[in-house]
Amino acid sequence: MAEFAVEMQDVLKQFVTPEGGILAAVNHVTMQIRDGEFFSLLGPSGCGKTTSLRMIAGFELPTAGKIFIQGKEMSQVPAFQRPVNTVFQQYALFPHMTVEQNIGFGLEMKGVAKAERSRRVSEALEMVRLPGMEMRRPKQLSGGQQQRIALARALINKPEVLLLDEPLGALDLKLRKEMQLELKTLQREVGITFIYVTHDQEEALTMSDRIAVMSKGVALQIGKPEEIYERPANKFVADFIGETNFIDGVVQQQNGSTVEIELPGTGTVCIESSRMFTNGQQVAVAVRPEKLRLNTEIKDGNNLRGRVEDVIYIGTDTHYGVRFTGGQKVRLREQNVMQGHHEMIPVGEEVSVSFTQVSPRVLTE
Amino acid sequence: MVKFFRRNKTLQLFGLISPGALWILLFFNLPLLIVLFISFVERGRAGSIKLPPVYTIENYRQLFNACASAFAGPECDPFLYIGIFGHSMRIALVVTFWCILLGYPLSYFISRQRQVWRDALMILVIIPFWTNFLVRTYALKQVLATEGLLNSFLINLHLINQPLDLLFNEFAVIVGLLYGYLPFAILPMYASIEKFDHSLMEAASDLGAPPWRAFLRVMLPMTLPGVIAALVLVFVPVVGAFITPDIMGGGKIEMIGTLINRQFGVSRNWPFGSSMSLILMLMVLIGVIAYFRSSSEDTRRAM
Repeated sequence: MAEFAVEMQDVLKQFVTPEGGILAAVNHVTMQIRDGEFFSLLGPSGCGKTTSLRMIAGFELPTAGKIFIQGKEMSQVPAFQRPVNTVFQQYALFPHMTVEQNIGFGLEMKGVAKAERSRRVSEALEMVRLPGMEMRRPKQLSGGQQQRIALARALINKPEVLLLDEPLGALDLKLRKEMQLELKTLQREVGITFIYVTHDQEEALTMSDRIAVMSKGVALQIGKPEEIYERPANKFVADFIGETNFIDGVVQQQNGSTVEIELPGTGTVCIESSRMFTNGQQVAVAVRPEKLRLNTEIKDGNNLRGRVEDVIYIGTDTHYGVRFTGGQKVRLREQNVMQGHHEMIPVGEEVSVSFTQVSPRVLTE
Repeated sequence: MVKFFRRNKTLQLFGLISPGALWILLFFNLPLLIVLFISFVERGRAGSIKLPPVYTIENYRQLFNACASAFAGPECDPFLYIGIFGHSMRIALVVTFWCILLGYPLSYFISRQRQVWRDALMILVIIPFWTNFLVRTYALKQVLATEGLLNSFLINLHLINQPLDLLFNEFAVIVGLLYGYLPFAILPMYASIEKFDHSLMEAASDLGAPPWRAFLRVMLPMTLPGVIAALVLVFVPVVGAFITPDIMGGGKIEMIGTLINRQFGVSRNWPFGSSMSLILMLMVLIGVIAYFRSSSEDTRRAM
């Protein structure tokens, strides 16, 4: 068994635009997807995630670079000869076939006898919890049911890798949440490597073992959900995954792993960072709203002064907008843990905003 | 009154369909009845029919036994007309086959172009319609003639020494009909193929189907309604065609159409022409019904 289920080595995919220009949809991407992993390609539309998936599936061939599936080079192998299956965004079920014919299509192509095919189709329908649907037509099914049929149609072939192209995109929110959990459970049960394309960061965080955040054809960061969330590599990742406050500042000095940064007009903060900075360098202090504390001094932490500009009560949390003395604005989030624990702070009140030295990230790009 | 009309849906519907229905009744159904009537009476001396009408089934008997005619010589072939019917069917089948075989890939190709190109190419397909059919057929005749465009071209290239006999034979008739009816095959097939969702071909490929199996199992069945429409639209007029076989065949290729045409022209045998028209209509009708019976429920619904 190969070390990686899928490996992309310096893969480039260029398209000719209608205007005659050349666009690199995927720009020298390298990534390794481990066997049995739930791996997500996350990014806004046009970031190259779907093109990457289509190259793994074999619908597009890379302009340069190599793609390995289970250790075998497959860069130029046509889709029908690859040991992968795809769940399409719009399901792409064959409308002129019954559910049974749809699910059995892959086995039919492999020459599996009809009786055996029927048996395995029933099994696959059991797996996606739609038993007895064999004779229905795709048109007679709801969106969620079609989605499961598409899943069964792909999984029945026992692929090395299952590719999913925003499979939940067409479902309503409630069904989406249900299917997220179901997909995750299913993946654990069948033990097949899943590569999941989505633009929904919450979905990626919920389901994935690892995530590749993509933008403009480049994989900006690849890591576990908590790594991506807690230690974003750059501003784009920090901004795209969850909510982040960026406070512009200038590096004063660095003592080992502690960076001293001046936030003009507001004060100086000390932040832990493994990276090296030069004195006078322009940086952004990126800090999550939930890592900021209101009126709770933190010992050995950073405590800044500001004024509350807006308060939004949303039940589980209260969101505050605070403007520092230097004019920078941050959003922060307080959980409403206990009834009457503390009163909501009114707009206009002077407050202190505190955070530890380890919670923010110092980012340059 | 107006109010009553507005409220009454049936009356509204009647108002909408009656002009068209009246047209069909007057200019299609009624003439057909007249043809039916003529086919069962004796011919008149100067063409037309004998008056007062004398009823007879002779016109039908003559069709199945050419020697039944009063004008038949001693060497007459009793199956002369049946043979011509068969021959016409064969030519029509060949033309339909080639129309679909050539038209399908062309429709596919056009449907895969960008919008601007698609429109331009479809206009190129339709443009010949803007020229008179007769003029086009004569033009094609000039291309295939002994000293015509194609022969001169091939001789100049030294590919051949003697001009080929391309005209006044079955080949010329088939080429002429193919040229005339190819757009009728392309239009419905294009409409079908253009609507086809090509991601289904990716899905088939993803599930292990090589291109040809994906085509046979997914694309062809889903675009079959267009193919069937093309089949009907080409076969029906071609089997009864008379201008093209007349011009391209130079009078040497007999088809039902030319035969019928002659009965109303030089032969002045309206009753016999009428009986042949009705038999032809019946045959096409039976063929089409048989086809629809045998095709799946899906295709029928799609039509």
